[in-house]
Amino acid sequence: MVTMNPLNTFLILLTAFVVVFVQSASGRLLGTQLDLLPALMVYATLTTGIPTVAALALCGGLWLDSLSANPLGISVLPLAAIGFVLSLRRDLLLGEQSFAQFVLGLMASFAAPTATLLMMLTAGKNPLTGWGTWWQIAIMMLAGGIATPLFFKFFGALAKTFKYQELSSPSFRPDREIRRGRN
Amino acid sequence: MLKKKRYILLAIVAVVAFVLVNLPASTASRLRLAIGSQFLPFFGLARFSQDVAGSTADLALSKSELIRQNELLRRENEQLKAVALQANQFAQENARLSQQVGWQAKMPWRMKAAHVVLRDPANWWSTVQIDVGSQQGIEPNMPVMAIDGLVGRITAVGLTRSQVVLIGDPNCRVAAYVENEARDNGVTGDSSPLERELVELNYLGRNAVIKPGHRVLTSNMGGNYPSGIPVGVIVDARQVDYGLSTEARVKLFAKLGSLEEVWVITQWSR
Repeated sequence: MVTMNPLNTFLILLTAFVVVFVQSASGRLLGTQLDLLPALMVYATLTTGIPTVAALALCGGLWLDSLSANPLGISVLPLAAIGFVLSLRRDLLLGEQSFAQFVLGLMASFAAPTATLLMMLTAGKNPLTGWGTWWQIAIMMLAGGIATPLFFKFFGALAKTFKYQELSSPSFRPDREIRRGRN
Repeated sequence: MLKKKRYILLAIVAVVAFVLVNLPASTASRLRLAIGSQFLPFFGLARFSQDVAGSTADLALSKSELIRQNELLRRENEQLKAVALQANQFAQENARLSQQVGWQAKMPWRMKAAHVVLRDPANWWSTVQIDVGSQQGIEPNMPVMAIDGLVGRITAVGLTRSQVVLIGDPNCRVAAYVENEARDNGVTGDSSPLERELVELNYLGRNAVIKPGHRVLTSNMGGNYPSGIPVGVIVDARQVDYGLSTEARVKLFAKLGSLEEVWVITQWSR
């Protein structure tokens, strides 16, 4: 069982805050505004506990909606759903492998915007959609897929900096010691 | 036990999200501004990074290029002074004639300059955040324009920042007329998700003679925008609704993708 580490949770939330701001401050890439929160959610789900996942969904979703014309809170549910679905089968996912991280990031980056759009259309909102939306979702998927292993590497480097390193166990075993001389 | 905790947390998050989505508009707007104000310290950073990028680009300019640009600006300034003098004479004459006919005198626009600090992080809306708010006298629904043409209108106002919905967004409709002989009136519609600077102009009359190259300007029908702000230029037109009306595509004058400085029109004659 993965326990909630306050420092880890704080760092993930801080990263989410910075990611939302940078997304808003930067221009469009190939006509698309990137969304890296689903990729961060994949990292959070595979390495931390459920409370961190819930906190990230709530804070990340609200921060994103506060700078957008989205109805406030609409991005929370898709992010939470991604986190909870992944956490159900976390033990079976090959979370340590970069390719698996890429595929999970890809899937999460498809699910989050699609679910948000469907929820908005269901709620009677009139977002700007068309054939170009599929192109935008494809770019978002690719960016999310690439960003997920990078998040793992980034937080791995942070963990090395801030946490005590585990001592490697010595290869010496008393029961395998060759005793010389007569007993 | 862990599974139970997981479901309880999911339920809590779902309930919170449901409550937030269903908040009354005014409460949601206030809450949005409160949450968004956490980014306030970063707004200065965004402006600073834009300035640094600009000054770095300036450094790359050679002295001879600067002298050439300075000379061009000086000439342009002299021409503009002459035009302003002429315009002043026209304005005085216009005011005198209006008074004689008994028309209400038109008030000149009052404008407030602002910088674009953030763009909408979602792909399906077209909004930006600017660095002026209620402290500077900004109010909802004030028109916003760039040096090239109309940009949109204010939708939400905080103390020191405001949200601008851009023309082409589903929440921004502008009554506009085509500069042709009949001055056909229409309403701007949505843009495409990828081409934000190409918007529809709907509800034009079925006999409207619309040609590529005709300019489109705001018409003040509805009273939300002063008349005569340049919107864009007609790209093409076609009959829709079984020939009952005409729809045109308009290339906007304002470069919405690279907006940096805008003007909020705070006062004008309605």
